[in-house]
Amino acid sequence: MLVIDGVSRRFDTKTAVANVSLRVERGQFVGIIGRSGAGKSTLLRMINRLVEPTSGQIMFDGIEVTKLRGSDLRAWRARSAMIFQQFNLVPRLDVLTNILLGRIGRHGTLPSLFMRFTDAERAMAVEALDRLDLMAAAFQRAETLSGGQQQRVAIARALMQEPSIVLADEPIASLDPRNAEHVMSSLKAINGENGITILCSLHTLEAARRYCDRIVGMANGKVVFEGTPADLTQAAVHEIYQGEEREGDVSDDVAAPAGWLAPRPEVASAPA
Amino acid sequence: MTSARFAAATRYPRFEQPSALAFILWVSALAFIVWSLSTTGLSFDRLARGIPAMGGILERMFPPDLDRLDRILASLLVTFQMAVGGCVLGLILSFPLAILAADGISPNSIVRVAARGLIALFRTVPDLVWALFFVIAVGLGPAAGVLAIMVDTIGYAGRFFAEAMEETDKGPREALAAIGASRLGTIMSAVVPNAMPNFIATSLFCVEKATRASVVLGLVGAGGIGIELKVAFDLFDYATAATIILVIFMLVIIVEQVGSTLRRQII
Repeated sequence: MLVIDGVSRRFDTKTAVANVSLRVERGQFVGIIGRSGAGKSTLLRMINRLVEPTSGQIMFDGIEVTKLRGSDLRAWRARSAMIFQQFNLVPRLDVLTNILLGRIGRHGTLPSLFMRFTDAERAMAVEALDRLDLMAAAFQRAETLSGGQQQRVAIARALMQEPSIVLADEPIASLDPRNAEHVMSSLKAINGENGITILCSLHTLEAARRYCDRIVGMANGKVVFEGTPADLTQAAVHEIYQGEEREGDVSDDVAAPAGWLAPRPEVASAPA
Repeated sequence: MTSARFAAATRYPRFEQPSALAFILWVSALAFIVWSLSTTGLSFDRLARGIPAMGGILERMFPPDLDRLDRILASLLVTFQMAVGGCVLGLILSFPLAILAADGISPNSIVRVAARGLIALFRTVPDLVWALFFVIAVGLGPAAGVLAIMVDTIGYAGRFFAEAMEETDKGPREALAAIGASRLGTIMSAVVPNAMPNFIATSLFCVEKATRASVVLGLVGAGGIGIELKVAFDLFDYATAATIILVIFMLVIIVEQVGSTLRRQII
């Protein structure tokens, strides 16, 4: 169980996350929704300590995550996989190697320098490739893949971590509807079949309603809603998005901040 | 209407009046240039006498004397070996130094400034000066040349390796840190693969640069073909000097051609 207790993060004068407390049971699929700048990303990044909390405490199964240092912190990061909006694969390495890098946190410094992996890890990687339907691309450079494929490679890499929890930071914000659906169902499958807890920030209400057991709404760094998709009434949505919502599509300020660039209708109209 | 336009023209003149300070600086710079030319002693008179003399030297260079070609080629081989040896050592040492010098990758800012300073020192002192230094330190011969080229290579490659690493995308680095990779693991698995094309291009340039540098190091006794060239000129044996210059020319051309072919193929 993940327990976030009174966690805040300030950047200079701006408070990104203000006194957030949350409990996430093992095996839940929790969606975090809110406008861009609401603090979703900062909250997720404090859980694996890519961002340090200014105050508050984060506990996971009795471990005080906020106190971890050095190799203990690395061991925790190996257990909490992160999925990024921009996939963050190593572009010049092939898909198989990128997936194997999911094991890097379990290796000592020396083997990790030369990307040496065991046969068992290779077998695991092949299984992950198969599960995410990437077998044909195994020896392609990651940079040659489409966005949807890259995100599935990132999920396969996360699986290699044998994580206790997956932190997904806007995993489908850069994808077209078909790929977004494929990625979300992959996450749902991991959640259902492996019982891995998933915490996922999303920019579309539609996706949150469809895939999540529980939804957390954030506004101005605070949690303003917590409940099941059924609890998410029009009034609750209104509070989360502070009057800027459009039912089923709140992607505008997140996915298309630069409207003068090439129009991307496939992003603007989220999976229906 | 007309007067308004005239007023605007006088208010924004096409040529600004230089300030007194700017005027003094311009005059001083001009005076320094004239003084420099007169001190160094280059005059039309000298040029007029020099050009026929150059013609004379060129005339005595032809035909090139091939009698000592075997010795010259042996010496050229040593020169090239010196270049390759010094360059490889330099590239190997550049890599850890570049990691320490790269912004965002170096473990801390004091180490970074120190590493940057060392690389800058290696780069700013000319290779011939390093050669003189190492001739005194390790004695005459190719060993001094290898060290001079090594240091020169670090000065160049250290800087470019560091810049190549700084330019790599931060996303994959963050991702590997989030997986729990150690700092060095992140560098080797995310930074190095992304910077590899740059590393290869820089390394090939270093071999070319080292080859050109190795040719003259012999002039100060640091081994290689430079000494042969100096002896030939000292003995007014311009025909042999011509042979030496031609083989050097061929070596440099071959290395540059091979280098650019490899660059095209690998990257």
